[in-house]
Amino acid sequence: MIECKNINKSFNNKHILKDVSATFEQGKTNLIIGASGTGKSVLLNILVGLIHPDSGSVLYDDRDFTQANKEEEQEIRREIGMLFQGGALFDSKTVEENVMFPLDMLSGMSKSEKTDRVNFCLQRVGLDHAAKLKPSEISGGMAKRVGIARAIVMNSKYLYCDEPNSGLDPQTSIRIDNLIQEITHEYNITTVVVTHDMNSMLEIGENIIFMFQGEKIWEGTKDNILGTTVPELQNFIFASKLIRDMKK
Amino acid sequence: MMMSLLVRREKFSVYWKLTLDECILIGTNSIFIVAIVSSFIGAVTCLQTAANLVSPLVPIYVVASVVREMSILELAPTFTCVVLAGKVGSSIAGQLGTMRITQQIDALEVMGINSASYLILPKILASIITIPMLVTFAGLLSILGGFIAGRLSDIISTQDYIYGIQSDFNEFNVSFALIKAFVFAFLISSISAYQGFFTKGGALEVGQSSTTAVVNSCIAVLVADLLLAQLLLN
Repeated sequence: MIECKNINKSFNNKHILKDVSATFEQGKTNLIIGASGTGKSVLLNILVGLIHPDSGSVLYDDRDFTQANKEEEQEIRREIGMLFQGGALFDSKTVEENVMFPLDMLSGMSKSEKTDRVNFCLQRVGLDHAAKLKPSEISGGMAKRVGIARAIVMNSKYLYCDEPNSGLDPQTSIRIDNLIQEITHEYNITTVVVTHDMNSMLEIGENIIFMFQGEKIWEGTKDNILGTTVPELQNFIFASKLIRDMKK
Repeated sequence: MMMSLLVRREKFSVYWKLTLDECILIGTNSIFIVAIVSSFIGAVTCLQTAANLVSPLVPIYVVASVVREMSILELAPTFTCVVLAGKVGSSIAGQLGTMRITQQIDALEVMGINSASYLILPKILASIITIPMLVTFAGLLSILGGFIAGRLSDIISTQDYIYGIQSDFNEFNVSFALIKAFVFAFLISSISAYQGFFTKGGALEVGQSSTTAVVNSCIAVLVADLLLAQLLLN
């Protein structure tokens, strides 16, 4: 479980996050949704430790990440996997080498153990045939799946996904969403997905928080989000005519 | 940034492989351009020196001495490093800048890897190892280029040239050239790495970082050249 408590963050005197508190539950796909510029990615970067909050704390199963010393931080980081918006694959390495990278750097596994683990992860995301390709030789959807494989190769307890569907066609988006949810349930991990994709929200949003102008103003699930009475959330969800027609 | 390179380091075997890879990228891939530049510079120096030494009181072997001194003291270390600032510096800044904007550096940080140490330290080490070798290579080729130009244009005989490059030879000049090479190598790699690592924005900013890296590296090399000459030769 991941908790963030009273997170505040400002950049250049602009208050980006205002007293944000949330709990992301284990074994569930937790979504952070909101329009562009509402602070979702800043919150995500604070959760993974790329940015330090001005105040507040981030807890990983009651371990304070924001106040951790270097050893404690390293220990928590080894349990975190992250899928970046563009995949963030290392250009000079093949797909196989990208997925093996965390094992090479952080594990004491033998070469054969690492190879077995990498092959397992690539099979899990359906890319065992692409192991020898470079990132420039694979599609966007494949890059995202390689990113997921790399994120879970260390048996991560926490998985972060930053807009995993950006730039993907609807069919591939659904495939990525389903893969994320399957992995979450299969390994009982805490998954946090930052997205503004309506389809993802309605398909895999088991726990959803809605951000508006740097504040969390709604929390719920995909089952009750369409019935919300929060005006800002209604404007966000029903901006699309298709969704409005669905509600009718 | 320099202090962050030395903390939370990875295993020695990781740096060994990375440094070797960088030595090939920085060193081996620069041999051709260094060879071309130094050969032609040596040739031009020989021709221009001969053209200006019109007094019959000055023996012709002085041309070779001048080519030797200029090659060792200045052309090989400084000129070569200015060229390498363009080739190596822009490559380092461009690579790191691209990694920054595509979040590859963030991916390393999330994994708990010291990205500055992992990415930059091998580049600095490889530069310090290979650039002095390239400077030595450039010095030799510059003198050889002068010889070939002198012979082809019939300015100087082989015996006069060999006598000239041996006469009044000061061994300290070689040490001076190597000291300059080490200092310039560090400046080029660290300045370029800094520019690339702290790039913010998109493709345009990566290009700007690359350009700034080259300009700043060249200026740093020239300033260091002046300071080292003042400190070590005077």
